[in-house]
Amino acid sequence: MLKQMEGSHAVAEAVALCRPEVICAYPISPQTHIVEGVGEMVKAGKITNCEFINVESEFAAMSVAIGSSATGARTYTATASQGLLFMVEAVYNASGLGLPIVMTVANRAIGAPINIWNDHSDSISQRDSGWIQLFAETNQEALDLHIQAFKLAEELSLPVMVCMDGFILTHAYERVDIPTQEQVDAFLPPYEPRQVLDTHAPVSIGAMVGPEAFTEVRYLAHEKQMQALDLIPKLAGEFKTIFGRDSGGLVRPYRTEDAETIVIAMGSVLGTIKDTVDEMRDAGVKIGVLGVISFRPFPLDAVREAIKHAKRVVVLEKTFAVGIGGILATDVRTSFFGFGIQIESYTVIAGLGGRPITKASLHELFEKAGRDDLPRLTFLDLDWKVVNKQLERERKMRRSGPAAENILRDVSSTAAHLG
Amino acid sequence: MSFQPVKFYQTGTFTVGNRLLVPEERSVQANMERTNSLNSGHRACQGCGEALGARYAIDAAMHATNNQLIAANATGCLEVFSTPYPETSWQIPWMHSLFGNAPAVATGIAAAIKIKRQKGLKDDVRVVAQGGDGGTTDIGFGCLSGMFERNDDVLYICYDNGGYMNTGVQRSSATPPAARTATTMPVGQQPGNVFGQGKFMPAIAMAHEIPYVATATVADLRDLEHKVKKAMTFRGARYIHILVPCPLGWGAASQDTIKLSRLAKETGTFPVFEAEYGELTNSSKIRRVLPVEEYLRPQKRFAHLFGKTPAVATLVRLQALADKNIRKYQLLDKEAN
Repeated sequence: MLKQMEGSHAVAEAVALCRPEVICAYPISPQTHIVEGVGEMVKAGKITNCEFINVESEFAAMSVAIGSSATGARTYTATASQGLLFMVEAVYNASGLGLPIVMTVANRAIGAPINIWNDHSDSISQRDSGWIQLFAETNQEALDLHIQAFKLAEELSLPVMVCMDGFILTHAYERVDIPTQEQVDAFLPPYEPRQVLDTHAPVSIGAMVGPEAFTEVRYLAHEKQMQALDLIPKLAGEFKTIFGRDSGGLVRPYRTEDAETIVIAMGSVLGTIKDTVDEMRDAGVKIGVLGVISFRPFPLDAVREAIKHAKRVVVLEKTFAVGIGGILATDVRTSFFGFGIQIESYTVIAGLGGRPITKASLHELFEKAGRDDLPRLTFLDLDWKVVNKQLERERKMRRSGPAAENILRDVSSTAAHLG
Repeated sequence: MSFQPVKFYQTGTFTVGNRLLVPEERSVQANMERTNSLNSGHRACQGCGEALGARYAIDAAMHATNNQLIAANATGCLEVFSTPYPETSWQIPWMHSLFGNAPAVATGIAAAIKIKRQKGLKDDVRVVAQGGDGGTTDIGFGCLSGMFERNDDVLYICYDNGGYMNTGVQRSSATPPAARTATTMPVGQQPGNVFGQGKFMPAIAMAHEIPYVATATVADLRDLEHKVKKAMTFRGARYIHILVPCPLGWGAASQDTIKLSRLAKETGTFPVFEAEYGELTNSSKIRRVLPVEEYLRPQKRFAHLFGKTPAVATLVRLQALADKNIRKYQLLDKEAN
């Protein structure tokens, strides 16, 4: 059914349709509307046979999820930003134990400085945690990916993170197609756990594993993610059969066939990039876009296949590895390194802490890239004046004070930071 | 003893001979069909109080639940010595996740069970979570308080040996004052653990006004069994705090585990009591109050108090703490004393 609704509520509806059995959550912006939504549905009896637990921290949220999933309950939680970091120990534990928990991450920056707005630093920080990470481009895709995520998680016995841009998607009202319960039931069978705490067949879960077996257990986690590379497109296909639309998959190419320049990105910014690319295509520029939906496992083959004919890639990412540069860009380069493919690659850090990514800035950026006139690492719309002023201050004074507060003062005095 | 009016004073202890009791009142451990939930062959040290306490507690919980029990375990000695991969001593469904999250994992297990029951599961499966004092009073404190506050249907058992014994005997917030640990060495102006710090978790559990809180020691295993079984008659959050001597960490002889447990109680150092909904309901009385010195002296972690010049002032302070426990938890048996 077509509905005009907030992204968070669309996700809540999707989760409800998946017949969750335990939902636990601790509030953090911009995840709140999702858990408020499912919480109300449980309380009102719209989701039946489901326990909603308000816990005291994100660490507890993931720990409750671990307990309930290990007892055979379909389990869901959601978090963002600092909350994800606070639960990290349990995040690794859930994947290490192979528990098919589904978690929404309403992507938000990580402090300090504290910042509630969108970028991808939170989930990307967990790229090596063993969780599958799927990035939604639109609210419709966020809704659809949750339905796929439960099936993917439970078939592999691995947890799945569905990442959606905080505020940009979670708080945006858009038209979404809400599937029927019959459709979802046809796609998603009841959860049949591989391992379960059962009084009639007692097992010990979480034993100490020494050097004699640890590598094998860890390799298995990698092997599972390699299986996911086959399963994700398969599920997207099944999904299309039942729901009648394309959603999910590993990557999504857009006008890449004859493109000399291919822009690679994840999440909602793909919309702005596609608009920019359309305008440049109209002007005769051979440019295309590759959206990465599955960040973990990273689809090396699919990415290489999509970009191998291009002259250059511009990887635009809403996060960065301090001290080296791109993260997605490094993964993209891994996809073609050693295959004898000559592609220039540029890393662009953009949209940190909610900084708007405008078509005007992208136009300029892509044109420069097209002329191979771009540094290897670019910080889009970085205000050099402000940065240099602070660097100068630190050179001059030992006690130069807290950097973030200095920069805030400098910015408010110029007030020209938003392009 | 809280569960029967008649006291059997045999061989100088409260131990009740099973043959004197009607079969249904006999101990779970005396039952041929006891579950051996924590089976033999584990790697605990000789004289480990925790291994003893855990076996009695979990067997009693199994007995009380008709063997329908799932356990969540915090990281620590109990977890390590019971499950060296690929072996396990647990005869029950058992899960170890992390050091600080056993109460929350148990909450999740209980939530899943509740839904399974709604969906037709016939067995009344109950949940127990367990950890050492570090996993309980320090790193797991937040999750434990959350579990208490929500009144989740979980029995949490803390095996208190007064320190991080698994990592090499470091101080926890349950380490007694003056005790030597690897991080409170008997050097400087105030040798050993400082006074005025630490927390007594049973009192904090009582402050949450949960249905049932009890303390016990491994000196009185009938009492421990009784409290575990009683805890299982309640729904909601329950807490049992068991003093379990650690021969390694305390510097005590392994054959003295029971003796030290008894001395901890008889000196008033460790109060043994029960509370319901935040109110003290029963105290195990001290038969003959002994000076704290008798409890401290056999332990090398207090050896610095008994050198050439005994630390009299410190002993007076420790005695004052025991006396306070005796008053606060009404530990004196007025008939006997």
